[in-house]
Amino acid sequence: MEDVEILEEKKEILNFKVDLINKRHQHGSLIPLLQSAQDSYGYVPEKVIHYISELVKIPAAEIYGVITFYAQFRLKPMGKNIVRICEGTACHVNGAKTVLSALNDELGITVGETTDDGLFSLLSVACLGCCSLAPVMMINNDTYGNLTIDKIKRTIKKIKSEELCGVEYEKN
Amino acid sequence: MKKIKVGLGTCGISAGGELIFNKFKEELRSKNIDAELSETGCMGMCYEEALVEIEDEKNSCLYSKVTVDKVGKIVNEHLINGNPVSEWVIKSNESCKEESFFINQKRIVLRNCGVINPTIIDEYISRDGYKAIQKVLENYSPDDVIDQIIKSGLRGRGGGGFSTGMKWKFAKQAVADKKYVICNADEGDPGAFMDRSVLEGDPHSVLEGMMIAAYTIGADEGYIYCRAEYPLAIKRLRNALNQCRNRGFLGEKIFGSKFNFDIKIKEGAGAFVCGEETALMASIEGRRGVPRLRPPFPANKGLWDKPTNINNVETYANVPWIILHGWQEYASMGTEKSKGTKVFALAGKVKRSGLVEVPMGMTINEIVYEVGGGIKNDRKFKAVQIGGPSGGCIPASMGDLKIDYDEITRTGAIMGSGGLIILDDTTCMVDLAKYFLNFTQLESCGKCTFCRIGTKRMLEILERITDGEGRESDISLLEELAYRIKMGSLCGLGQTAPNPVLTTLKYFREEYEAHIFDKKCPAHSCSSLISYQIVEENCKGCGVCIKVCPSGAITGNKKEVHVLNDGLCIKCGKCYDVCKLDAIIKV
Repeated sequence: MEDVEILEEKKEILNFKVDLINKRHQHGSLIPLLQSAQDSYGYVPEKVIHYISELVKIPAAEIYGVITFYAQFRLKPMGKNIVRICEGTACHVNGAKTVLSALNDELGITVGETTDDGLFSLLSVACLGCCSLAPVMMINNDTYGNLTIDKIKRTIKKIKSEELCGVEYEKN
Repeated sequence: MKKIKVGLGTCGISAGGELIFNKFKEELRSKNIDAELSETGCMGMCYEEALVEIEDEKNSCLYSKVTVDKVGKIVNEHLINGNPVSEWVIKSNESCKEESFFINQKRIVLRNCGVINPTIIDEYISRDGYKAIQKVLENYSPDDVIDQIIKSGLRGRGGGGFSTGMKWKFAKQAVADKKYVICNADEGDPGAFMDRSVLEGDPHSVLEGMMIAAYTIGADEGYIYCRAEYPLAIKRLRNALNQCRNRGFLGEKIFGSKFNFDIKIKEGAGAFVCGEETALMASIEGRRGVPRLRPPFPANKGLWDKPTNINNVETYANVPWIILHGWQEYASMGTEKSKGTKVFALAGKVKRSGLVEVPMGMTINEIVYEVGGGIKNDRKFKAVQIGGPSGGCIPASMGDLKIDYDEITRTGAIMGSGGLIILDDTTCMVDLAKYFLNFTQLESCGKCTFCRIGTKRMLEILERITDGEGRESDISLLEELAYRIKMGSLCGLGQTAPNPVLTTLKYFREEYEAHIFDKKCPAHSCSSLISYQIVEENCKGCGVCIKVCPSGAITGNKKEVHVLNDGLCIKCGKCYDVCKLDAIIKV
């Protein structure tokens, strides 16, 4: 079966399967299942929607409705590094707009896009909750506070060069 | 033995807390020092992070702005030689550099935050933890608890301000085979981090509050709905729940009584509207988080149509304290109708941004100047934004206003959950209103037409005003739309969405008029309404602005005064940001 094949694509999917079995009989399991799917794949692939639909007996259209309602779920794969720019009130009054335009310049993408090399995705979030460090951004799980244009340029350049060195190293 | 506590809330970690923690660990081991190293939650002084406290039986010393490089010296001088590095100490038994920050606060909800290690249940127990639930199970009937909570005057800290005791009473009166309690930890207001700090710094106080609520209304199952953007809070909650189950504080026959109760965590998936109680319950049920009509209220028909009591994090954290200290002591604080304390996340243009807890009835000026230490760079205090996207702006001229649910509602704002953003004269009020409208417009679930389309239209009007294309009729159009959205929306999101616009129109109408009629932004913030000029006396001809200008609008030779061609300028502000000589100004 095609659906089973996609589930065997990756090792992490095992967790996802276990979750499926544990959760499908519980009330309200749809959102945790989708969260688990996204943890495994990095996004929610269409095939997985159909697979979940059969398991929990909820129409795929309704699942699609839930996915698009919540900001957390993504229907497309993301870049390797996820840059989250905070648009909270404290960041807004402390210059989040300048930070965003510096990121746009540095990465060459706007919010919601992924760079052509697949290294970066840029997202905006309503508030990261560390308002005393405003303006703030998060790259993957690290928070960068008190941002300036310089600091952004340095940070992005550093990650880019680390990524490029990594690739060359692997080639050699 | 000395105890070293490193602040590891989200702000502490962002400021390098984990690296500092590891550095201490390494130093203690390599220098063979016998001291206890522990983590703790948010100490409130986010502006001084990273924070490290070193205490022994008699003394405690709080170090601020600690970096990895400072750890070695602190270990050598303080731990080995016994002499604190006084230049880095912000607070000790003898002196406190930031006294006004502490003496004006009264910490009830935050009683353990930054004091205990949130990952160790015994530290919570040693500070009277889980005594309130035992007291309730042994001595109180559910009606006694309701009586205590009603008399204490505790009101919902999520923003609505409904009497907590009354809410419990309704849920208790409902007859059903199954009831639920829910903790709303979907703290979505931008600029608010009170609940996150409590969950990270003292998760057990919230669990104990929920247990008391469950016993009171007769529920045996609880849910904590926490936003997925708070991974650390979720981790600490899971840990706390496991500890409770291992000790038998959750499960069956709790503390030898007939009371059975357990709690599950549900992670939110990123939708602001899920902070609304009926939307939140829809989301727990696995559906789109869309609010529904009330009544029936959750107390009668809530989660899976069963009677449900729902309160927010801060409300629950108050409950054990009230039970242990008695309602009289709680009700002795505050104003006539707002009792106890309120936690605020102080941020924006204030010197000391952080987490503070003040008695109700304190004035806004006291919070800004005494607790907050005044405005950054000593600029002019313009307004406070209270209550996030549902709240409004209160001007500095009303600084004597008391923190009180009803007083704040009278201004057109709301108490909200506790976001308090301080604004100075560089903040454009029209732009701020636009910012919040953009937020609510994006987060509107789409069920009610006025909220879905009305907020979009209001946003478009605000956009054209800040772009310099405002029309004479725009202000009255905004007011009309605001009125209709308030009337035509089902839930709190829509009913309060126009508040930021209405309050800024009420108190800062002249700024709207300046944008529309004079095409000027008085705060020099809206890029379409300002132009940049070079101040000849200050320009040294360094050429930095020429390099960053993307449109070639600045010209000039090295060491000669540069010239800015207004016709080519795209008003990106890059030159203004890079010039260190104040030679470029906005007019």
